[in-house]
Amino acid sequence: MTLLPFCEWLAGTSGSTALRESLLVYPLLETTHVLTLCVFLGTAVMLDLRLIGLTLVRVPMSEIERRLGPWMLGGFLVMATTGMLLFYAIPVRSYQSIFFRTKIVALVLAGLNAFVFHSTIDRRIAEWDRDPVPPRAARRAGARSLVLWAIIVVAGRMIAYNWFDCDKQPQPPIVNVLAGCVVRPR
Amino acid sequence: MWPEAFFQWAEATTLGEVIRNSSWAFAVIESCHLLALSVIGGAVLIVDLRLLGFGLRQQPIAEVARDARPWFIGSLIVMLVTGAGLFLSEPMKCYASTAFAVKMTCLALVLVFTFTVRRKVTMADDGRVRPAWLKLVALVSLALWFGVGASGRWIGFSA
Repeated sequence: MTLLPFCEWLAGTSGSTALRESLLVYPLLETTHVLTLCVFLGTAVMLDLRLIGLTLVRVPMSEIERRLGPWMLGGFLVMATTGMLLFYAIPVRSYQSIFFRTKIVALVLAGLNAFVFHSTIDRRIAEWDRDPVPPRAARRAGARSLVLWAIIVVAGRMIAYNWFDCDKQPQPPIVNVLAGCVVRPR
Repeated sequence: MWPEAFFQWAEATTLGEVIRNSSWAFAVIESCHLLALSVIGGAVLIVDLRLLGFGLRQQPIAEVARDARPWFIGSLIVMLVTGAGLFLSEPMKCYASTAFAVKMTCLALVLVFTFTVRRKVTMADDGRVRPAWLKLVALVSLALWFGVGASGRWIGFSA
C-alpha cells in the first residue's frame, strides 16, 4: 500500500500550491508550529517530569492533570492543525522523508503510551496521587513520553534537511526502502 | 548598533568554522536548541500562567517558581550554549539580520527582567503583591519570550 498517489493529488490542489508558494503564510505557519511547542510540549514535559517525580512533587498528580491538561490539549490542537497544513503545503516530499516517517511513527507510539497510561495506572491515581515519586509504571510512562517527544522534535526539525531526499540519488538501498522512493533502474 | 569587529572575529573562530563546514553539526546543535526550548517553555509558562491565575492556581506562587527554577536555569544554559554555537556558524549573517538584533534585544531584556523583577515578585509571600502587578509581570515576561522565540525563528527565514 502506498499513499504516494494521494500525496501527488494533494500537491496538485490549488490550496497546496498557494501555501507552498506563499511568502508569508508558510513561514508564519512554521513559526506558530514551533512556538506552540512551548505551550504543548512545555506543559507535557512538566507533567512527565512530575510523573517521574522530578518536579512539583508536592502537587497532587490529579491536580497537575486537571490544571495543565487544557493547556496541553489546546497547544496540541494548534500543533496538529499547523502541522497538517505544513504537510498539505509539501505532501510528496514529506511523505517520502525518512524524518517525517520517523516522526509519525514516534507520534503514534506517544499516543499509544498516553492511552495505555490513562487506561491502566492513571485509573488508580487515587492510590498514589500525593506520592512525591509515583509508582514505577507511571514513572516509566513519563520517561517513555519524554524520549518519544524528543524524537518527534528532532525528527521534525530534520525534515528540513534534504540529505536523504528521493531526488538525491544514489542513496543507500535502506534509505530508498524506508523513504518509499520510487527508483527507476538505470 | 553592533561593533562589526566582534562579528568578524566570531566569523574567524575555529569553532565557528568547524560548525560551518560540517554537514550535520548545525542540525544537531539546532535540535538540542529546540529540545531545550520545550523545557524552558514549560518552566516559564507554568510560572507565568500561575501569575495570571491559570494553571496550578491552588499552589503558592513561590512554590511553583521554586520547583520550576532548576529546569529553567538548566534549559537556559543549554539554550545559551547551543545558541552560541549556532551564532558562531554564521556571525556575518546575524550581523546583517534585523531578526537577530530583535532577538538579542528581547533576550537581554527578558533575562534582566526575569532575574530582578519577576524573581522578586514570584518569591514574595502570597498576598504581598497586588494581583494586577502579578499579571503585568507575567504578561511582560511572556511578551518578551515570545519576541525572543518568534524573531529567533525568523533569523532562519532571512536570506
